[in-house]
Amino acid sequence: MVSTLTDRSPWDVAAEVTDPEMPMLTLADLGVLRSVSHDDGRVVATITPTYAGCPALDAMRADLAEKLADFGEVEVRVSLTPPWTTDLISDEGRRKLAEAGVAPPEHIGPRTTGPVALTLAPPEKRVECPRCGSADTAVLSRFGPTACTALVRCRVCREPFEHMKDI
Amino acid sequence: MDADDNVYDALAAADHDGRWAHGAGFDESVVEVTAPAPDGVDTEDLAAYCLMLADDALVGSQRLSEWATHAPELEEEVALANIALDLLGQARVLLARAGHLGAAERFRVAGRASEATGDGRAHDDEDVLAYFRDDRFFRNVTLAEIDLGDFAQTMAWMLVFSSWRLGLMTRLRGSADPVLAAVATKAVPELAYQREYAAGWVLRLGDGTELSHVRMQAGLDAVWPFVEEIFGAHAVETRLVEAGVAVDPAALRADVDADLEQVLPVATLTRPERPAVGLVGGRGGRDGVHTEALGPVLAVMQSLARAHPEATW
Ligand SMILES: [Zn+2]
Repeated sequence: MVSTLTDRSPWDVAAEVTDPEMPMLTLADLGVLRSVSHDDGRVVATITPTYAGCPALDAMRADLAEKLADFGEVEVRVSLTPPWTTDLISDEGRRKLAEAGVAPPEHIGPRTTGPVALTLAPPEKRVECPRCGSADTAVLSRFGPTACTALVRCRVCREPFEHMKDI
Repeated sequence: MDADDNVYDALAAADHDGRWAHGAGFDESVVEVTAPAPDGVDTEDLAAYCLMLADDALVGSQRLSEWATHAPELEEEVALANIALDLLGQARVLLARAGHLGAAERFRVAGRASEATGDGRAHDDEDVLAYFRDDRFFRNVTLAEIDLGDFAQTMAWMLVFSSWRLGLMTRLRGSADPVLAAVATKAVPELAYQREYAAGWVLRLGDGTELSHVRMQAGLDAVWPFVEEIFGAHAVETRLVEAGVAVDPAALRADVDADLEQVLPVATLTRPERPAVGLVGGRGGRDGVHTEALGPVLAVMQSLARAHPEATW
């Protein structure tokens, strides 16, 4: 059967909206789409920001509002709790990042609630190069072209690449 | 010509929610922001506290953004802009929260911000608080507003500021106010990155060349007189500490000291012994008593919104 827009749920449609800064990822891959409810010609989509200052948030809201408009009146809510972490990026999302040359974030596990120690030495664990797989890499800048990435260089293939920071 | 063919037209057509200059309306869309003050917590105190923490971030962010197009290297340019953006993000949610609790009402100007604008939306609380408040109504510590000087001084400032704010946000994750707890939880990893970035540069410049060492020490010395104030508790903070909402600033001294003790010796820098800039009659930034540095910062930040209060783009 040929799928038409009316066969699809608002969730399916919302889940396919892509991140404006990381267009290889959908909002579902990224783990920022929390819920989509639909009744009485009204759709409420709830997303959570990656960073509170993420400029992409406005674009995500506008894209969701536009794509969901066929289902009725759309409200896009933003919820801060529970906070987003890169652990919410799906395996599919990690695969797509690596494919696009962006080293995916490490799993960080549950957050500690205690103080955060300052480390002056470079981290022991190196980010693997998404091109050649080498772990012989060095961080060029902790802040890359977008708020969520760092800039890293591979010493083996000598190519610079982005690393989505574990946060 | 189709709007999609022209980037400016497309941006202009981005409609209602495309208010890049005047915020995206966090007060309307962030669900946690609309929660009432927790039981037994004074609403006005909570609004004032949100404003304090918002203004520290907003003014600090504005200061850092002065580095745009002036940073020594492209990487630092991008880093400083991203750090400014993180602080702005914290400020926006806190301003929206303060506004929801009533802090914005007195700053709405009749006929300009109180009634719906052309597209049927009122000015958001966060815009009103950021753009239509004069300096004496800002509640940031004066450390947030000082001129950042050269790059070395900016890194000294950032090390102190991020160490202090990280200690604050680490503790604030347990706040009885759900918005403060949520903002803090997101802010902690961001501030940890900022502190590591600043510490890295303080080390590199302090333990660098003879000239970089001199300038790094001078930068630290210049920032130092404004450090004492950040550990003082305002009456609002004291009351909210009792209520389990706020963090006692005095507790943050140990955090900042520990970080400085770790960084300064390796950076071959000396902890300054310069007298603190005195509070004026016991009043400081938290009371709206600011240095002359704040006015020009706000002028740059606010002039466009004030000149074109209905503008969207
Ligand atoms: Zn490689």
